[in-house]
Amino acid sequence: MTMRFNDETFRGDYTFRNSPEAVRRFPFPFDQDSYMYSVNIEPHRKTRAGSVFEHRFDVDEHYVAEMRDRAITLERDPLRCQSLPHMELAGWDFLELVMTSKAEDYPELFTLNRDGDRWHWINRPLGIEQRFTFLDATTLPCGPMEYITRQTQGDHALLDQRDGNLWMDAGMVTAQADWSLDFDIGMNFFEWHAPVPKANEMGVFQRALKFLLNLQQGAPVRRLNWTMTVNPRLDTSPETYPEWGPEKRTVTPETVGAKQHLRVELQTLWRLPRSNAIAFPIRCYLCALDDIVTVPKWGRRLHRVLRDLPDELAEYKGFAVNRGVIVDYLARFDDGAETSPGIFPD
Amino acid sequence: MSAQVLQVAEVEALSPLVTRFRFVHPEGEALPLFSGGAHVVVEMPDGAVLRRNAYSLISDPLDGSGYEIAVRRDEAGRGGSRFMHAEVAVGDLLRVGAPVNLFALDLRARRHVLIAGGIGITPFLAQIRQLIRLQLPFELHYAVRSRAEAAAARLLPDLAQVHLHISEEGSRMDLGEILSGQPLGTHVYVCGPEGLVDGVLDTARCLGWPKGALHSEAFLAPPPGEAFEVTLARSGRKIAVGPHQSLLEALEAAEVEVPWLCRGGACGQCETHVTSCSGHIEHHDHWLSDEARASQSAIMPCVSRFRGADLTIDR
Repeated sequence: MTMRFNDETFRGDYTFRNSPEAVRRFPFPFDQDSYMYSVNIEPHRKTRAGSVFEHRFDVDEHYVAEMRDRAITLERDPLRCQSLPHMELAGWDFLELVMTSKAEDYPELFTLNRDGDRWHWINRPLGIEQRFTFLDATTLPCGPMEYITRQTQGDHALLDQRDGNLWMDAGMVTAQADWSLDFDIGMNFFEWHAPVPKANEMGVFQRALKFLLNLQQGAPVRRLNWTMTVNPRLDTSPETYPEWGPEKRTVTPETVGAKQHLRVELQTLWRLPRSNAIAFPIRCYLCALDDIVTVPKWGRRLHRVLRDLPDELAEYKGFAVNRGVIVDYLARFDDGAETSPGIFPD
Repeated sequence: MSAQVLQVAEVEALSPLVTRFRFVHPEGEALPLFSGGAHVVVEMPDGAVLRRNAYSLISDPLDGSGYEIAVRRDEAGRGGSRFMHAEVAVGDLLRVGAPVNLFALDLRARRHVLIAGGIGITPFLAQIRQLIRLQLPFELHYAVRSRAEAAAARLLPDLAQVHLHISEEGSRMDLGEILSGQPLGTHVYVCGPEGLVDGVLDTARCLGWPKGALHSEAFLAPPPGEAFEVTLARSGRKIAVGPHQSLLEALEAAEVEVPWLCRGGACGQCETHVTSCSGHIEHHDHWLSDEARASQSAIMPCVSRFRGADLTIDR
């Protein structure tokens, strides 16, 4: 299978589009007609050929354009990528995980040849060929985490484990749902989750942390998270809020279907071998409401979820201002029929 | 809890009491790498009993060709170490779990001071290989009673910062001297008998070391004790725990599923709610809070025992 990569933008003229196949494989996050927080963690294993869960690191038609958008964001704000000095080993662990996974899962796109510590990496979609010495950062053009995350869709955090907690001590964050690596760097699990409403009182974070501290090598896990974004924009960061915040006010009943996107994060968690750190890739998928409703089950269900969502969650996720317009639009696609269990299209 | 079948490739006596075992993949495949301080759980089919003991990995963390452990024969123990010494030979196949690290190096440290007593040297054997590879400054102090007991002496690299202290020969370890005068940003790690662990932690505190710079290996072998009985709240069944059996092992023998990782009171996986207790729980873990212990509202079945009339647990 050869993959075709879109020539598209995630800013300015926003030419991002999902092909019909990309819509069908969109990771719709709701497995029932209502939503509340849960830890909702499951093993990250190969699931459903063609779905975003088929491979360890999903590569899709947006790959090349997303990497181009990341480079623009980094050029404007280098602090989107940070790694505290003790995290370099974790960076190598992560580089190895991504390179070996992609070379195995997409041999037509990526090749990794290893002769002891002498590695040779070929990334065909991005036109990259690199020979380097594993664990010797002077043989790469930048640090190992930055190097590999400039070639891997999604944001990535590397969490150090110590003192019975996890610490956000490295990351590449250019496609985030309104959080800042520069603000969170060095924080522990409870500190960086402090802004999330309700969940702490529910004990969600205590349980999640306990689970993650015992995450085992070779047994990665995943969960889906979601929010809403106006325009197909990856860089919705606090740093650039003046650029995208006002766009929320451009949604009208006429434009909502095209402009309003459901933003889904496929979050995976991996225990890294040499560093004992945890890698936390946060892969963002965007889908316009007009495309969501081409799957009747999703149109019905999204209407019911957003209609019934507690106000503070709509506020936290940043779409309270447009909720009425969104729910009115979606109501047209909800005939009241029952929906089938699970997230996949019927 | 995921385990794979590995083959014993080498068995070597390091001292009269300590034996080194090397495990390899039966088809020669590479094993997952690990971080210094990690342990694996080895499953031992000892007659009708399935024993599971945790052992620190002593081999090079960056060498996936095999895993090595060192086992000290414990005559008073529950039988796992006796089984390893008496029954396990080259060529045998045993199930070995994935590496788990509850005693990792803090890589922020500017300098690492490692202090071992006796068999407590094991996690440091892997850690110093990692430190050397990463070119991080460290010093190791290995305290033993006699030269004959210094099982790991020849597994240690010949480096100026590796110190062997043999109390019988008068070179007793001086904790005050080791811990004073270390530069800011130094972390200290201790593993060994309880007296040594307490000695290091107390000395460091007196010298004003920050708590976050002190690390001790927390997990321990389940101590034997008197037999006792527990009631399972969900089924109403009563199960007996033998003197050389842990509550976790008794639950497993009764086919009650309990999650676990370290089997040594450190990881928290097997924490079990106590629904009623008339008697005294002997808490041996490093996991529960003081309040949870005092209220007897929870028990860690991997290491803790019970003495009294009734213990009912939520299993």
